[in-house]
Parts: sequence; C-alpha cells; structure tokens
Amino acid sequence: MKDIIKKMVEGFGPSGFEDSIRAAIRDEIQPLVDEIRVDAMGNLIALKKGTGHDGKKIMVAAHMDEIGAMVSYVDKKGFVRFTNLGGVVPIFEVGGRMRFENGTIGVIAMEKLEDPKKAPELEKLYVDVGATSRDDCPVNVGDVACFLQPMVELGPCLASKAMDDRVGCAIMIQALRDMKTKPAADIYFVFTTQEEVGLRGATTGAFGINPDVGIAIDVTGTGDTPEPARKMAVSIGAGPAIKIKDSGMVVTPWVKDWMIDVATAQKIPFQLEVLVGGATDAAAIQKSRAGVAAGCISIPCRYIHSPSETVSYADVLNSVKLLVGMLERPVFN
Amino acid sequence: MKDEPMDVKALLKSLSEACGVSGYEDEVRGVIRQAFEPYCDEIRVDTMGNLIGLKKGSGKGGARRKRVMLAGHMDEIGLMVTEIDQGFIRFTQVGGYDTRVLPAQAVTVFGRERLPGIIASVPPHVSGSSDKSTPMDELYVDVGLSESQVNKLARVGDLITLDRPCVELSDDLLCGKAFDDRASVAAIVTCLEILSQTAHEWDVYAVATVQEEVGLRGATTGAFGIAPDLGIAIDVGFGKQPGVKEKFAIILGKGPALARGPNIHPKLFAGLKATAEKFEIPYQVEVTSGGTGTDANAIQLTRDGIPTGLISIPERNMHTPVETISIKDVERTGRLLACYIAGLDADTMGQFVWDDDNGGEK
Amino acid sequence: MMLEKLSNAFGPSGCEGDVRRIVISDIKSRVDELTVDHLGNVICRMKATGRGKKPLRIMAAAHLDEVGMIITHADDDGFLHFDKIGGIDDRILPAKGVVIGAGKVPGVIIAKPVHLTSAEERGKVISHDDLVIDIGAANKDAAVKKCAPGDYATFDTRFRRFGRGLVAGKAFDDRVGCAVLIELIKRGPYPFEFCPVFTTMEEVGLRGAKVAAFKVRPDIALVLESTICEDSPKEKDRGSVTAIGKGPALSLADRGLIVNRKLVRFAARRAAALGVPCQFKQPGIGGTDGGAIHKEGEGAPTLPVSVPARYIHSPMAVISLRDFHHTIDLAEDVMRHVTLADIQP
Repeated sequence: MKDIIKKMVEGFGPSGFEDSIRAAIRDEIQPLVDEIRVDAMGNLIALKKGTGHDGKKIMVAAHMDEIGAMVSYVDKKGFVRFTNLGGVVPIFEVGGRMRFENGTIGVIAMEKLEDPKKAPELEKLYVDVGATSRDDCPVNVGDVACFLQPMVELGPCLASKAMDDRVGCAIMIQALRDMKTKPAADIYFVFTTQEEVGLRGATTGAFGINPDVGIAIDVTGTGDTPEPARKMAVSIGAGPAIKIKDSGMVVTPWVKDWMIDVATAQKIPFQLEVLVGGATDAAAIQKSRAGVAAGCISIPCRYIHSPSETVSYADVLNSVKLLVGMLERPVFN
Repeated sequence: MKDEPMDVKALLKSLSEACGVSGYEDEVRGVIRQAFEPYCDEIRVDTMGNLIGLKKGSGKGGARRKRVMLAGHMDEIGLMVTEIDQGFIRFTQVGGYDTRVLPAQAVTVFGRERLPGIIASVPPHVSGSSDKSTPMDELYVDVGLSESQVNKLARVGDLITLDRPCVELSDDLLCGKAFDDRASVAAIVTCLEILSQTAHEWDVYAVATVQEEVGLRGATTGAFGIAPDLGIAIDVGFGKQPGVKEKFAIILGKGPALARGPNIHPKLFAGLKATAEKFEIPYQVEVTSGGTGTDANAIQLTRDGIPTGLISIPERNMHTPVETISIKDVERTGRLLACYIAGLDADTMGQFVWDDDNGGEK
Repeated sequence: MMLEKLSNAFGPSGCEGDVRRIVISDIKSRVDELTVDHLGNVICRMKATGRGKKPLRIMAAAHLDEVGMIITHADDDGFLHFDKIGGIDDRILPAKGVVIGAGKVPGVIIAKPVHLTSAEERGKVISHDDLVIDIGAANKDAAVKKCAPGDYATFDTRFRRFGRGLVAGKAFDDRVGCAVLIELIKRGPYPFEFCPVFTTMEEVGLRGAKVAAFKVRPDIALVLESTICEDSPKEKDRGSVTAIGKGPALSLADRGLIVNRKLVRFAARRAAALGVPCQFKQPGIGGTDGGAIHKEGEGAPTLPVSVPARYIHSPMAVISLRDFHHTIDLAEDVMRHVTLADIQP
C-alpha cells in the first residue's frame, strides 16, 4: 500500500483548505462505499452499509488536514509573513520550503535572533518566494501553503510531511479495500477537516452522524529516539499503539479491550499508549451529544509536526489488519 | 425508604477512600449507587459512565415534568503508568497535582493485582540540596518486586492512586484524598434523603459525574442527555488557608458558598440565597469572573443553554491527598439543595427571565 | 445616535441587561419573533419575504457584552477588590473611573502615589490584584451596603465625536456590531430567513453564541464585530491587523475560526461590486463568536465582518463612521446575494 500512502502524504490540504486532498480521497473510495457526502465543515463522509440487523453505527475517523501556513502579510520587498494553521514548530521549518496552493514554492528563512540560544518564535520567520516587491509577489494575504517534503523510504520506515494524518487516511482506504465481509453495523468512514486547529471537523461530523462507537486513526509520539521530547513507552515498529489516555480523552475501557482482544486473537503485535499532551478526533467524538464510546488506533510516529514525520511501514500494515479485524467483528457494550 | 438517618461522616469516609480516577470510576460508582438506591426511582449509567439517579417529583407533566440536575463529580485525580523502567514504574497524572506533593507518598498500583508502592524520593544526602522540584517524569514508583515480577503484574495504562485513609482532624473536620468532589456527592445524598421525606414537584436528577478533572467531560454529555431545565453543580472551593488570596477564599465551617458571576444564572443565585436565608442555613458568597472550572461551566453551555448554579463546599489543600472539609458544611449543602428543590413548582421557570439584571443584587 | 446610547450603556459579560433593554425596545416591533434565552441572548427571527422552497437561514450575531470588572470583596478600609471580566490589559487600569452595580455607584481605580514608588516599581505593570476601587466608603460595612461581592463594574467613559469623521467611546467591542445589526434589522425583511442574535458573554468564552447557534442552526452565519486596529507608525514593515478608514475587515482565519474560503472571497467580490472598500484582517489574530457558531451542531460557514477599532478593550476606543456605514452596506449586500451553491465545499 505504499502507493496510496505516497499519494496521500504528498497531497495538499492544510487545515480548512482540504479541497484537493478530499477530491483525491473521494476518487479512491467512491467505488468501495454505498453513499458519500461532504458536510458544511468539509468532512468527507462515506457510508459502508452493514447487514443492518443491529442498527448500530460506527464512525471511523482520520483527519485529512495537515499543519500549514497562511500568508498574513507581504512586505514592500516581497517577503511573505505567515501565520500557522495548526501546531507549526518554527525550528523544524527554517531552511525548508513550503508550497502554496497555486504551485509557488517558497524558502523559509528567519530574521536575526536576539538570543541565538533560544528557539525562534513563528513571527521571526518569513518566506522568500523570489519576489522583489509586493507587486510581483505571486502570493497574497490569505493564500495557504503546506510544508514540502516528498515521501522517502528509510529502511523499513517511511518519512514524509503530513504522515499526520494522511497515513490514517491511507489506512482507512486500505481497510475499505480489504474488508471482505459485510459488517454487522453501518460504518461511516469519515475523513475529517481541521483536526490540527482543534478537532473541529470531527466535532460537527460526529454530531451529524450520531454514532454508537467512534474510532480515530491517528499518529502518536514515540519515546524511542535519543533524548526524546517526552518519555514514552511507544516505539516505531512494535505494532499499532492502542490508546489508553491522552490529554483529550480517557478511552472508553471496553473499546480499548475490544482492540486488545482483536489484536491478540489475530496475533497482531500491539503496544499500549499513554500520551502526555496531544489529542485526536476520538476525543471530540467521545464528547458528542450524550456521549459516544470511543477509542483510537495510533500509528507510532517520530518527529510529529516536522516535514519528516517517520513511521514504520509494518506498523501501518498491522494497523490496517487491526481495523479490518475490528470492523468485521464489531462489539457493542 | 431507609428508616435510620444517614451517617454522613461514615458516607464521606467510604466515598473518599474508594478508588475512582477519572475515566475509571467503577469502584466509587458502586459505593454511590448503594447510597442513591434507597432514595431514587430509577438509576442508570450513561455511555460516559455518569451515574444518574432519578427521584421523581409529584408535579404534572409525566415524563416531561420539570427537571433539575444536581452534579457532583465522583472522579478523583490520580496517576497512570507510562512505562515500566527496569522494574520501576514511571507515571503521568490524570488531572492536576502539584508534583511537589508526590514524593514519598504511599500508593496503590492497580495492575493485574493491587500492588502497594511508594513514590520514590532520592535522599537529600545523595541528591544534594536543591531548590528545584522534581518533574513528574523523573519520579517513579517502587513496588519492591523484581523486574520480571513487575513486568508480569503491571503495564502501561494501569492506574495508580495515592493511599490515604480518612482522618478526623476534629469533630467536624475530615481529611481525606478525594473530598474533591466526593464531599459534594455526599451532599447530594443528604439532599435526596431529606427529599424522601419532603414533597417536591420537580424531577430530581442526581448525577455523580465522571471525568470532571480532565475537562468536565461527564457533565458535558450527561447534561446533554438529561436536558434539564435547571442545573446545579456542587464542587469544592478554596478554603481559607495560608497562601490563598482573600479574594478567592471561603471559610471552612461557615456554610456552602453560592457562586455569582457570568457562569451563574442570577435568578438561581438569588433563589439559593433566599432559600438559605429563609431556612437559616449559613452561607457565603464566592465570586467568579467567567467560566468556572466546574461542571457548572459545561452544564450552562449545554444545548440551547441551561440556567445553572454553583454551590461550593469550602475545602483546604485542594488536589492533595489531605483534602480537608467540614462535615457541617456538607450537611448544610444537602439541606440547602433539598429546601431549594422543594420550593420549585410549575411557576418557577417563569421567573427565570432576564428582565431586571442591571449590574447587581437588588 | 444608536451607537452612542449603546456605547454608554452598562453591560459587562453576564450582566448585559441595560444593553439588552435598549436593543429590544428598538427592534421588537420589526422582527417576527424575539426571545431572550437562558443565557440572556436576544434571538430574533424575521420571516423570508416571498414564497417557494425552504428559504436560506442566515444568522447574524453581535455581542452585547463588554469587558469589565466584578467585585470580589470589600476590605476593612472600605476599598473594593475586583477581578477582571474578559481580557483587559492590567496596564490600562490605574486611575480610571468606573461605575459599579445596580446603583451605578461611581468609583475610581487607585494605586499608591508616584512619590512612594521606586524606579524599579515604576518599570513594572501593577497587577489588578494589587489595585482597588475607591467608592468613598469609610469601612467594610459602608462599602458592602453600596456594592456587594459579585456586583459588576465597567468604565464610566462617555461617547464623543473625535478627530475627523471618527467617534470615541467605551465598549465599541461590540456595541458597534450591535448597532450594525440593528440597522440590518431595519433594512429587512429579506428574501431569506434572517435570524439576528445579540449574544452575551462573548468576552468570557463565546458562551452566548454557542447556545444560540445550537438553537438557530443557521445555514450561514455572519459575525458583526469591531476588531483590533493598530495602524500607528511602526519600525518594522509588518503591516497592521486592520487599518482605520479602509472599510470593513473580513476575517480569513483567526484563533478560533478558519473562514470558509468561498464565503470570504464571495464577500470580497461583493464589496468590489458594491464599490465599498474592504480589507482582510491579518490572519491568525484574535477570535470572535464565529469560533463557537461555526462548529455548533453540524456546523455552518461563518464570516466575521468587522469595523476596525483602535484601542479596543480599553475605556476609550476609536472607529471611523465611514467604516461603520460601509460595514452595514456590505453585510446587507452579502446576505442578499449569497447562496449555498456559492460556498459549498
């Protein structure tokens, strides 16, 4: 499934501007689902009907937006200032490039730092698109960009911008392809928008669908690198991480157990995840209306929110297996 | 109906000592269910785990009788295993401790079996004196077992609670690990007990909410599901003690504090105040300047808006294992709630208008 | 002028009664339905003119509340201590006049005289925790008789004409929006279902707007605001959030809302067609009721349209009356012309 991962991660879709990636996903899944629609927030909602006799609804969500930038000002000399769409980390971006929706490429640079020992704030950064004045600058206030890095293979790993969360989108697409039996429940495959700016798409999407269970597919941090940002017993290559808690939710215990049971029965390697800081669409789904049982399959990912988010290909394949296994044998408390 | 009057002190003790870290409230839910059962017509647990007891009123309207929701949260802050590190247990917190209170506390790790443990503290002889506190991710729990035993018995995601039996500091003051917010749950039980012998028209939804400490999550979904006409959250407030500014402090033993501010419907504040004065229940006033950090915040913003009140039970040492409250304040809170509810009738909602708010109390 | 009346009115978040009364008495005969909900929002409906298929439902929101203060307690000497309501910068507080509570008790915010301060102290901002309000009370009892804990307070500034074509006053955020919305009601009815909503408690977390949007469930929403404008000369070439006199500011993205791009581009095109100047508010700054409205229920495309205001959240803000009138014209025109087909993703 490397092709579909590559297609997803190299697509364009900063938060709030997911049009292009949505069209690409729609093309992939149209033949595999029974109904498909786009809601007011831009969520792509695809229904795969179940046999229907238990009338239950499962919402599976991966977000199709990625962190990005929006032009906030073009100065007299044609240098571009930008604001962040989602959690952009300035030190990851300086020296890299961004691509605007109209194809313009810009180099990300920064002003002199008052204190070179301190990481720069976003307002110290600017983009050089080769313009000489405001008039010949090919981008304007309000134009959006995503960071630029093509997917590469690092041994058994894949690195790219936007693994968060296009790898989740790819897993959902692959699961749709791999599902052999008609599930007992109606399954809503939702490719959500604006997750990176506060789970906004999942919030309205879940309200509209009103599911019985929600499952998010998203990336999580790891503790397997030199002096990691946070200590964490999750490593890439050790299997999908079954979330127990993050700063947005405590996973509904029986949903977590359902995941563990399927993984154990099918001999899929897995790890348990307690994430300090960070949340996923599952948190929004869980709090929807009168409450929804919810959990999250996490793909361990190094260097999240950098242009080189790195995952293990084996973990991705195993996540597909876990998701398919769950959907083919749904459990409701 | 129960014959003997309830023993509030005993209830408070059993509530505080029960385990119920946010998201895993099963044990304390069982204790509360037992306490609710004699007084409620129906009891259910919703998707998030809120325990919802319904005590039906005598008013007209059948299933759509007017509803008042009482919310006290049953979850407590706690710890969770993040990593097993060479036989020692690393953890993060569920809810917000001041990490400085953690070293040298006795804990229980809820692994495959319950493991008694200690949050390790490096002796000052070795660490040297330092004015820096130890960050959470450098602390660990020692359960005194071999590495292989620990690996077998504990894993990532297991809960850890601070062990702290309830202590009577005086005739009236109790000290325990989870009076935030089990003291309020006890007040709700007291209210139900009084209402079991008092006529009331409105349906009362007594809700022990979950996951308050991690973001008011239970109250958010609970209030949506119940869709009450009025909501009252009961929580603890900062008791006066050294280090607490007077503008935030309420005093132990001087009665429940009635909150005012944008989060609170002025008519609900006025109604609780009038009730307290009528029934000679001592009370204090607590001022809040925006959304409060309590279930009242979530309830007010539910659906198309719910008139919401907040009653605070004064508590010292909040978010430590030695939270201290006054039993009298708990009883008074229960009585205030019951007296207020008994006064709710078919005309009450008609009074919840915004025609005369003009800056302050009349 | 309506704006003058609104600006002078008393209405910190949670205590918008005086403003609400002014608004209601001005509009109640012009709308088909008017309700005050449990958070104090004024929610109105004007039926669509004409018949035919289900009309579009457009909500337009402006918030009644302003930043202010709330009295926490009186001390033994009769001084009132307070907390801030909403985002007031501590730097603007010392030596300002306020009015407090139902009795509109006058008071002044005080700090110790300059003679008794050290150079080091003078370099630091005085925290609002260290400021008190003097109402001339001799002691605690005398103070509490006039002002109880929990009473609200706001600045005592009066509206005035200012410079050339400008006006100054307190609470322009968002009484300016309220005045725009009242004018829009007066220009109705419209060929769509119009739901004007005067919201409460915006400054303390978009509280009113959230529950109002749940009730209204609009297809499209406009948020009428007055927004940050810092167009004073700057050393660096970094632009300003908005500029005064350059017309209504359309939001592209702020801290709580990414505006549906088709909607904001549509509005910019309408401004051009109408011959009204408009500007984009610099992205990434501030937030409005739109942050709550656009993600309530199943969501609705939402666009903030703002009158640039210098010095908002202070006792004295400044707007241009031309910007104000252009904002009314543009908002009306956008509402009259927009269709769902224009903005669907």
